[in-house]
Amino acid sequence: MEIAETKENFVSGAPQPALSVKAFRDPVPMEKTTSPTIEHKLRLTISNLNFYYGPKQAVFALNLKIPTNRVTALIGPSGCGKSTFLRTLNRMNETIRNTRVEGQVLLDGQDIHSLDVVGLRRRVGMVFQRPNPFPKSIYDNVAYGLRINGYKGRLDDLVEHSLRRAALWDEVKDYLKKSAFALSGGQQQRLCIARALAVDPEVLLLDEPCSALDPVTTAKIEELMFQLKDSCTMAIVTHNMQQAARASDFTAFMLDGHLIEHSETSKLFTTPTDPRTEAYITGRFG
Amino acid sequence: MSALRMIWRKSLNYVMLTLTGVAAFAVVSVLFLILGYLIWNGGTSLSLNFFTQLPKPVGETGGGMANAIVGSLKLLFLAAIMGLPVGLLAGVYLAEFGGKTFSFVVRYTTDLLNGVPSIVIGIFAYSLVVLPVKHFSALAGGVALGIMVIPITVRSTEEFLRAVPGNMREAAMALGASRWKTIATVVLPAASGGILTGMLLALARVAGETAPLLFTAFGNRFWSQGWGQPIASLPVMIYTYAVAPYDDWHRQAWAAGLILLGLVFVSNLGARFILARSKAV
Repeated sequence: MEIAETKENFVSGAPQPALSVKAFRDPVPMEKTTSPTIEHKLRLTISNLNFYYGPKQAVFALNLKIPTNRVTALIGPSGCGKSTFLRTLNRMNETIRNTRVEGQVLLDGQDIHSLDVVGLRRRVGMVFQRPNPFPKSIYDNVAYGLRINGYKGRLDDLVEHSLRRAALWDEVKDYLKKSAFALSGGQQQRLCIARALAVDPEVLLLDEPCSALDPVTTAKIEELMFQLKDSCTMAIVTHNMQQAARASDFTAFMLDGHLIEHSETSKLFTTPTDPRTEAYITGRFG
Repeated sequence: MSALRMIWRKSLNYVMLTLTGVAAFAVVSVLFLILGYLIWNGGTSLSLNFFTQLPKPVGETGGGMANAIVGSLKLLFLAAIMGLPVGLLAGVYLAEFGGKTFSFVVRYTTDLLNGVPSIVIGIFAYSLVVLPVKHFSALAGGVALGIMVIPITVRSTEEFLRAVPGNMREAAMALGASRWKTIATVVLPAASGGILTGMLLALARVAGETAPLLFTAFGNRFWSQGWGQPIASLPVMIYTYAVAPYDDWHRQAWAAGLILLGLVFVSNLGARFILARSKAV
């Protein structure tokens, strides 16, 4: 299946005819989930996922399919569990004490809970809300993931490749030995993306990657996500509905730990099926 | 009424401001008084001989404290290799792994250990190391100082590790690093400047301890014959010389005090330098 997508029709939210997506209603009445049934390959299949912080449940029986080499946006008001959900996908929540997860997350058909967590996180990279480079040189930041995974090949080439993929190479190629803290916020965030890309993950999770950045830098990151789609599946949590509309192919709307609606982005933002989705995207709450 | 109030408020403000200023000035002047006194009394005894010669027999003037300077350094070395690793690892445990209850116990115990009078630690090292072999030794002194180094190192290491932002740990773990690898490759390097500073200050703090050395390292008027034998140290030397009835010894005690203060000053300076550099990275 060849997808003729250009930046223009993507940004304008025009229908993408080559991508046939049939919406269907989830049998669970609570959640009117119109999950894309996709001729497209699925990278992640989440079924019946529950997540608890101690006694408090944060994610309720969530079902979601994340298609390969597409951007899936997660939107919803603060505290609706979208970041928590995102962090279950690379098992980052396990680093928090007293948490529990139920349900199944399949990555290319394998349950991620049966995988080795180190291997999983190599395949499912993550970019965080605030740029969090290590207090090391730019080079060492990008090489970090390769080094701890015992990569023995030529680091130089891979560092350059990763920085190019993150559209940062031209800005930093003469300063690779300089501290990463010398970079601007937007550059730091792209460095973090390069660092995540260095281990060549299949999936990239982005947890509000632009919330600490200005609009120009945000545009750069969105542009970058668009380019990365060739090689990477992305899931992005965002507060910014315009960003979801601009940068994603599919959008999932969450509320109070429940998945309310999930469909093609252009459809969700123009003809939402659930009144709560409509209320949220038209700005009546959240 | 309100005018009175205003005057009262203003004068109270003025008085309190003055009091804080006076207290701040007193703090600084104490140090400078000590320093000036040391230089005044001990400066004349400072010569090359002081650093290179052994103490002269009683009655002869001159001589130096070369053995005490080297002895202090040796004792500090022993304290460092015994106390610093334990302190560092325990600090890592508290900052990175500790649960609630056990961490509380460890932290509380550490603070208590820090408050144990140094002479008590001396007795402890005495009964632990000196009594079994029935003679004083550099090793026993090192054990006593090493114990004193531990609590300071633990708490400073913990503080500086906690100051490392949590999102750096997350970044490393999201790249597949294990808990320990995250600590070893990201957290410890990020805090290394501060941790080193804490260690230096801990050593500087025990460098001047006399009480725990009195009946462990004991003292020696000659070069020490080995780690298992009594060894001279600057603080004990100061003690012996200060209570002796000879003017020349008094002057040398002042000089030794000056050296000790210089040592502390230099290590403080070094610590600040390390900290400033590590922040610049």
